[in-house]
Amino acid sequence: MTATTTDLKLLRGLRAPAGFADRVLASAGLIDRYASFDTVLGPVFVAWNHHGVSAAMRARDAAEFEEWFRRDVRRSLVASEPPLDLASKIEDQLNGKRRMRFDLRGLTEFERAVLMKALEIPRGQVRPYGWIAREIGHPNAVRAVGTALANNPIPYFIPCHRVIRSDGVLGNYSGGGPEAKKQILTLEGVRLPRIQELARHGLRYEGVRSTKIYCYPTCHHGRRALEKNIVWLHNAAEAKAKGFRPCKSCRPEAA
Amino acid sequence: MDGVERVFERMVHEHQDRLYALGYALTGNRHDAEEVAQDTLLRAYRALLTYPPDRVRDLKQRAWLHRIAVNVARNRYRGLRPTVVELNGSEPDAAPGPEAQALGRVLMNGVMTGLASLPPRYREAVVLRYVQDLSYGEVAEALDVPVGTAKSDVHRALKMLRGENHDRHDD
Repeated sequence: MTATTTDLKLLRGLRAPAGFADRVLASAGLIDRYASFDTVLGPVFVAWNHHGVSAAMRARDAAEFEEWFRRDVRRSLVASEPPLDLASKIEDQLNGKRRMRFDLRGLTEFERAVLMKALEIPRGQVRPYGWIAREIGHPNAVRAVGTALANNPIPYFIPCHRVIRSDGVLGNYSGGGPEAKKQILTLEGVRLPRIQELARHGLRYEGVRSTKIYCYPTCHHGRRALEKNIVWLHNAAEAKAKGFRPCKSCRPEAA
Repeated sequence: MDGVERVFERMVHEHQDRLYALGYALTGNRHDAEEVAQDTLLRAYRALLTYPPDRVRDLKQRAWLHRIAVNVARNRYRGLRPTVVELNGSEPDAAPGPEAQALGRVLMNGVMTGLASLPPRYREAVVLRYVQDLSYGEVAEALDVPVGTAKSDVHRALKMLRGENHDRHDD
């Protein structure tokens, strides 16, 4: 009796392997998985769960990324093999196609609205902070928009870098400071020095005489205008006085 | 439902070792043990999501999980003998200390081979009773048999493990 049952009882000492609980919770979609991807921006750590991509960061190493994620996103995470289609989704998203699903559950409704609005800014274009504030129905919350963008947990993919100050200053960037912001915008084809030069002279909008429409300088709709037809404008009042209406695509004023 | 997620997280941490031990005792190797434990917990989670809150609250988790685990394990070894891959004492599966050394010895000394040679019905009964430390009532519940059957299966299994009874009836 005793020898056999004693042996059996010893099996109670078995322990689940290290990391087992995390793997189960990740499979259930309760904690996030992450991996590092090579992108046009260099290596980027990306975290995801069954709701979508939950975070991204250019970190020195996995430890730095994990620490940032636990502190800022406030969930656990575990290193993992990525799903087969994630690498191509990442590439497409950075190339301007919108294929990615995002998990923004941890954010406030306002923060989500700001980030979803930033997603509407096409690659190669920029908008001022005030544009987001107005578009989401909180025209006076410009500073809060800046804070929400600075806390964007998924920079690069949700293009908060496409929002800059109306005076041409780049502003904060959660994806690695103003230098990184400049680098990414340049990579996307934004002619920053030109925009900043205009902004320094207080010129915010580009009017096209032939169409009587005015746009943000990076709006693609103004690009085919002949140089001789372009008028630079200081503000909406001036545009209106000169007979221009706002572009319906980039919406410099509620169009 | 945030509540279920928290219940499940606690359940995973509380029962992971027990379910892994059960998987190991039933399948005889580490790989299958981990899969049994993981499948059991994931099935449990999917079930929890469909339960009304009072059912989640009143759930007898231990008995419930064992019942799921037995079914998961049966699906894995249906028609197959468990493959015993012996562990040695230095493997990091066990808690450290003298118990781990004893566990290492037991894994080497043939209890696993003995369990693997039992028909599933008896292996399940004796493992639930002595490895998992369930009462006969809980064993009966997990295996969905009457208590009397659970008792006699456990005793039969012990006899077979001691080599006292070689006229096994496979069922």
